[in-house]
Amino acid sequence: MDSAQALETDTASVLMSDARQYLTFLLAAAEYGVDILRVQEIKGWDTVTALPNTPEYVRGVMNLRGAIVPIIDLRQRFRMERLDPGPTTAVVVLKVIHDYGSRIMGVVVDAVSDVHNVTDAELRPAPECGSTASSECVQGLATVNGQMLIILDVDQLLNTGELAVATNTPEERTPCNT
Amino acid sequence: MAIDITQFRQVFFEESLEGLETMEASLLQLAEGTPAEETINTIFRAAHSMKGGGGTFGFQELTSFTHVLESLLDEMRSGRRLVTQEAISLLLQAVDVLRGMLAALQAGTAIDQPQVTEIQTQLEALWHGPVESAPHPPAGLERAGAPVLSPASGGWHIAFHPCPTMLQTGNDPVRLFRELETLGTLTVRVDMTRLPALAELDPETCYLAWELTLHGAVCREQVSAVFDWVEGDCALSLTPFAAPQASGGAPGLPSPEPAMSVERRIGLERRQPAVATETNSIRVNIAKIDALINTVGELVITQAMLSQLRDGFDMRHLDKLRDGLDQLERNTRELQESVMSIRMLPISFALNRFPRLVHDLGQQLGKKVQLTMAGAQTEIDKTVMEKIGDPLMHLVRNALDHGIEPPVRRMEAGKPETGCLHLHAYHQGGAIVIEVSDDGAGLNRDKILRKAREQGLVGEDETPPDEQVYDLIFQAGFSTAETISEISGRGVGMDVVRRNIKNLSGTIDVFSAGGSGTTFTIRLPLTLAILDGQLVRVGRETYIVPLVAIVESVQIDTTLMHTVAGQSTLYKLRDDYIPIVRLGDLFCVQQDGGADTEKLLIVVESAGQKIGLIVDALLGQQQVVIKSLETNFRRIEGVSGATILGDGTVALILDSAGLLRLAQYRAGTSIGLQRAETAWQAA
Repeated sequence: MDSAQALETDTASVLMSDARQYLTFLLAAAEYGVDILRVQEIKGWDTVTALPNTPEYVRGVMNLRGAIVPIIDLRQRFRMERLDPGPTTAVVVLKVIHDYGSRIMGVVVDAVSDVHNVTDAELRPAPECGSTASSECVQGLATVNGQMLIILDVDQLLNTGELAVATNTPEERTPCNT
Repeated sequence: MAIDITQFRQVFFEESLEGLETMEASLLQLAEGTPAEETINTIFRAAHSMKGGGGTFGFQELTSFTHVLESLLDEMRSGRRLVTQEAISLLLQAVDVLRGMLAALQAGTAIDQPQVTEIQTQLEALWHGPVESAPHPPAGLERAGAPVLSPASGGWHIAFHPCPTMLQTGNDPVRLFRELETLGTLTVRVDMTRLPALAELDPETCYLAWELTLHGAVCREQVSAVFDWVEGDCALSLTPFAAPQASGGAPGLPSPEPAMSVERRIGLERRQPAVATETNSIRVNIAKIDALINTVGELVITQAMLSQLRDGFDMRHLDKLRDGLDQLERNTRELQESVMSIRMLPISFALNRFPRLVHDLGQQLGKKVQLTMAGAQTEIDKTVMEKIGDPLMHLVRNALDHGIEPPVRRMEAGKPETGCLHLHAYHQGGAIVIEVSDDGAGLNRDKILRKAREQGLVGEDETPPDEQVYDLIFQAGFSTAETISEISGRGVGMDVVRRNIKNLSGTIDVFSAGGSGTTFTIRLPLTLAILDGQLVRVGRETYIVPLVAIVESVQIDTTLMHTVAGQSTLYKLRDDYIPIVRLGDLFCVQQDGGADTEKLLIVVESAGQKIGLIVDALLGQQQVVIKSLETNFRRIEGVSGATILGDGTVALILDSAGLLRLAQYRAGTSIGLQRAETAWQAA
């Protein structure tokens, strides 16, 4: 929580300009960023309780000070090879806003990297390359220090497909669905 | 006099509504032909309290209405008037009017005046009518407006000498005078002769007496009604005086304490809007509060003991520490139970409206129905109760409209003329069961089946078993009633009933024997927040099975396992064959290797159906707080929620009904498991 708070304090000064701050993390050697205002906290990897009959990228649920928070493996969400948790593996806890309110979810990343300021002008739209789930979640691309930074749309990322907020009655869902 | 009476208004409303319920219940008892004196007394007392309270809070309409009601009841009480069916019907209507008035007053909206006037007129007509009970007396009918009973057109001299103790009973003369003032112009003269020296003055004693003059065409009853509340606490004499000079000079006369009443009135007006936003309150049995306080007391003692141990602790005190912790655990559990019990209310709160409903509907439909209720004291969570009222109401209406036949048809069928409707509530396991049964015509299997075929719900050549046929009535838009009546028959309802009950994680079943009645059985969980759980281990995962769902746990005897058609497995449990399933298979979790004889079979039940779950080990029992998975994720079939164990990890709580569905789904799609698994891996 402390790191997140410290980052948010920085945010205040940046908000004066039109730059936004993004928390970046590594995933299979590529750098991804999420809007820092959506980051609730960063946790080290901890044991999760698996949820039966859910997609593989839902690693399970974790106890976050009394709240039951689902943990999504971003590698598997993007159909990359799953990596066993190592010393740098972290869980970024994000606030996801949907039509009916908001919820809290955690994403597993290889390592948390940095915080970058990116103005909206610097943000380039992601080139169309098929409509895979992974490209829909990309809000845009930016270049920081000569490196490509993929900015993710948190709401798109964690609110589609299996993760969508159930609108139909739960009984009507089929078990073990995919 | 800084007491702000508006703070008691909510209490007054609650008490009055309870009073109305008592009145209603007693009236219905009277209607059944038991004119017990005590019953009439009960009704009278309820009306009287309401009138007094209404006066105190300045609800004129309420007071004048209850006054007529009370006068009528008084005559019945003293035996001067016979209790007739007409009178009871009228009194019941009056109860409705009062309920409407109270609701309007509480919400700060306008009272339905025409209705009030109509019933009040009828009541007055009855009251002034010939004493031997004729419902519509020819003469008295005209007396709707200002009563002209006593010929005191000028006004009244009132000598009001309170007993010294009057103030101690909470009566405030100023309030009485203010009320009198609304009847006409009032002049007050105070008699201070009895007032002692200041040093000897007891502030709680009333030393004063008053001489009042009330100008205006007011009848004796109206005046004495004002003093009703203090009747026993004062000497009161009323003398009428004639009109001539009074009516002209009256308006300019000063009221006794103008500043006070103006200030009060402002207070009243200012608080008016607040009433509408009043939070829901709950009336709790004092015994429950006492139990709670006791438990908290014990908890404090335990805590003191433990903190004493902490200072200068060494290993010799280990046993004491252990005892202390045990005690702490016990206290915590008791505390939790007491707190939960505060939310629990007897189900009679939901059932109490039915006698009236049955009485009215029976008359409307021309059917004779006797309602019996059992287990009205069974306790149920307040939220559950609030939501069960409507479904129950629906079932009762249905039973009256469709179930119980008209007297003639009943006689033909060789049944007693009067139909029986029985409401029964009881606890079974961790659930509350409510049965609504009637001895009417029962469900017509052929008719339902024909209708279902028409609607294409059942194939032409299918002949489903009875339960499945009866289950069709819960389908949306399904109704077999030939005519749509005001009461039911539109085919909306039973599906809503089932959905509402499902939302409370309950179930509803119907059982019917053609020609001799129908029984609906509703099962609801007692509470929604905490449950007793059995921890089980499957592979590396820990799950919690609600204790209430577990029928038994047995060591597996492989000779009793039978595979049917190469797919599902049955287990012979004494004389029963139950389907069994590996929990690991259902949840795609790797179970321990090794022989089945080393594993355990947990038999769980849901809605009368049993299923055996094979688990690797039983771990222990504990109470768990249910946390929703839906808050941050979504519902998962077979899992009712999650909880946090002592070590901080999350464990899933299994839902036996969902597991059953999951198992049936797997068994239904013969290669369901493989297909699911491959699809799952592909995802």
